[in-house]
Amino acid sequence: MNPRGTRVLRLDALARVEGEAALHLRVDGGTVAETRLRIYEPPRFFEALLSGRGHTEPPDITSRICGICPVAYQMSACQAIENACGVTVDGPLADLRRLLYCGEWIESHTLHIYLLHAPDFLGLADVVGLARDQRAAVERGLRLKQSGNAILEQLGGRPIHPVNVRIGGFYRTPAPRELRPLAERLRQAREDALETVRWVAAFDFPDAVYDHDLLALRDPGHYAIDSGTPAVIAARGGPRAAREFALSDFEQHVRERQVPHSTALTATLDDRRFLTGPLARYAINGQWLHPVAAEAARDAGLGDPALGAICDNPFRSIVVRAVEVVHAVEEALRIIDGYAQPPRPAVEVPPRRAVGAGATEAPRGLLYHRYALTEDGTLTGARIIPPTAQNQTAIEEDVRRAVQTRLDRDGPDADDEELTLLCERAIRNHDPCISCSAHFLDLTVERT
Amino acid sequence: MSGRVVVIGVGNPLRGDDGAGPAVVEALRGRVPDDTVLTVSDGEPARMLDLWRGADTVVVVEALRTRSGRPGELHTLTPEEVAGHPAGTASTHAFGLAECLALAEALGRLPQKLVVHAVEVADVALGAGLSEAVRSALPELTDRVAARVRQAYEGS
Repeated sequence: MNPRGTRVLRLDALARVEGEAALHLRVDGGTVAETRLRIYEPPRFFEALLSGRGHTEPPDITSRICGICPVAYQMSACQAIENACGVTVDGPLADLRRLLYCGEWIESHTLHIYLLHAPDFLGLADVVGLARDQRAAVERGLRLKQSGNAILEQLGGRPIHPVNVRIGGFYRTPAPRELRPLAERLRQAREDALETVRWVAAFDFPDAVYDHDLLALRDPGHYAIDSGTPAVIAARGGPRAAREFALSDFEQHVRERQVPHSTALTATLDDRRFLTGPLARYAINGQWLHPVAAEAARDAGLGDPALGAICDNPFRSIVVRAVEVVHAVEEALRIIDGYAQPPRPAVEVPPRRAVGAGATEAPRGLLYHRYALTEDGTLTGARIIPPTAQNQTAIEEDVRRAVQTRLDRDGPDADDEELTLLCERAIRNHDPCISCSAHFLDLTVERT
Repeated sequence: MSGRVVVIGVGNPLRGDDGAGPAVVEALRGRVPDDTVLTVSDGEPARMLDLWRGADTVVVVEALRTRSGRPGELHTLTPEEVAGHPAGTASTHAFGLAECLALAEALGRLPQKLVVHAVEVADVALGAGLSEAVRSALPELTDRVAARVRQAYEGS
C-alpha cells in the first residue's frame, strides 16, 4: 500500500446495519477526499404509494417502512393527519400512544445495543460471538427487548407492524388490569436496563468529537418522545440555548436535496449539517429524564443532564441509548400506574381539505410526515423525512473524521480491513435504519 | 407465544417475492390443526427466538435467492444446511436465518426439530405481489408445509 497514492474503499453493503446501504471512500495521499454514503431509501416509494389513498390509511401503510420502528411511522402519520383535520388526541389515549412508543424505544434501542453495536466495543464479529463470550449479557438483552415487545403485543395486537393503532386513537383500549402483567415485567426490565447502562459504560471508547448542529423535539417538562416543537442546538462554539421553529415550517428549515451518489436525499438544517437522534435528544431534553435515568447517566460518565450536559463523542451514543431505555421503562411504568381506561377507544377525525404535519422521536431521531387531504380525505400528497436521511451528511462527516484521525496517527499504516471496520463503526454509532430494504450483505473492498 | 408446532412465515409482503413466507402462512389457515401456531416474522433473531420458545417442532417458511436463480424452485433445508448459506444469498432479512440459528445454538435455544421450507425468488423489489414463478409454486410449498405439520402431530 502506498500511503501517497489514491485508494478507494467501497463497501457495497454494511454489516450490522439495518437495511441496505453502501459506502464509498476515497483517500488521496493521507487525506480523506470523499465520503459518500449511498442509501436505498424506501420512504420515497411509500410517498408515491400513498397518493390517492384515504386519510385513515397512512398509519397502517407507513408502518411497513420499518420492521424495527413501525410505531414511529404510525405515530408521526397519525399526528400529521390529525393536525390536518384539526383534531388533538390527549388524555389517556395520548398516554397509551406514548406507552406503545416506549415499547418500541425499549425494543429498538436494545436490539441496536446488544445485537448490532456492542460487538464493536468487545472486538467480536457479531452477536453470535457475543453470545458465546458473554451469554448472560445476551440473555439479558433479549429479556429486556422482549419486555418492549410485550408492550407492543399488548397494545398493538401483535409484535410487529401493530394493527391496533388508528387515527384518533386505537381500535380497542385495554382495561387497567390487562396492563398489570406488563408492569410486573417492566419492573424486572428496569433492573436489566440499569445493568445495561453499567455494562456499556465500561466499554472502551475511541476519542472522537462531532460538531454537528443538533435537532430534536422539545416538550418542556417531558423528555420528548411523541410530541414537541423542533428545537436546535448549534454545534460547539455556537449558542447552546435551544432555538425552536414551528413544525409547519419544518421543510423551510430542513431541506432535502438530490445528490448523484444516492437514491436517498440528503438534508441540511438552515444550510448546516445536523444530527438527530439520541445524542440530540439528550442534549436538548436531558433535564427532563426520569430521576432514575438521570442518575444512571451521571454514573455512566455522561455528565449531569440536569445541567445541560452534552455527549459529544459519537461512540458513546450506545450509553445514551441505554439511558433512554431506562427512561422509557420508567415512563411506561408511570403511564401504567396512572392509567384509567378512556370512555371510547378513539376520537372522530373527520376529513377536511387541509395540509397537516406531524413529527415524533423515532428511536433513531426525528421522523416528520406531511399529508395533503381533499374534503373527502383523499391524500393528494405525502412527504416523509426519516431520521436516517436527515443524518446522512453527519454520518458521512463522522466517517471522514474517524478515517482521517486514523491516517494522521503515527505508527503502522491502516490497511483496508482496518479502515472498513472503522467506517462501519462510525456508521453504526448512529443506528441508521434503512429497513425493509432487502438485506444482502456482501462486502467488497476495492483498491486503485 | 408458544405451542407444540409453530410455523413461521418469514418475509415482507411489500418486497415482492419476499412475501412468500407470509403468503404460505395465510394459505395454511384451516388446513392444519387448530393449536398449530401460525405466525409471520421479519426474521429478526430475537423475535424468532421468542416465537419458537417452548415449541417441539418449528417450520420456517422463507424466500431464498441462489446464484443459479431458478425462481419458484422449492428447497427443504435442515438447520445445518441453512448455516452453510452465508447471509446475503440465502435470506432477504437483516440477519440471515443462518445467523439467527447460530445465535439460537450459542444460547442453547434451538428447537428440537426445525426445518426450513423455502422458495427461490424472482423479484424482491419494492412493491406488493408475488411473481408468477413464485405464485405458481405456492400451492406445492403450502402442501409440503401442511404435510410437515401433520407429520409433527403424528409424532414422527
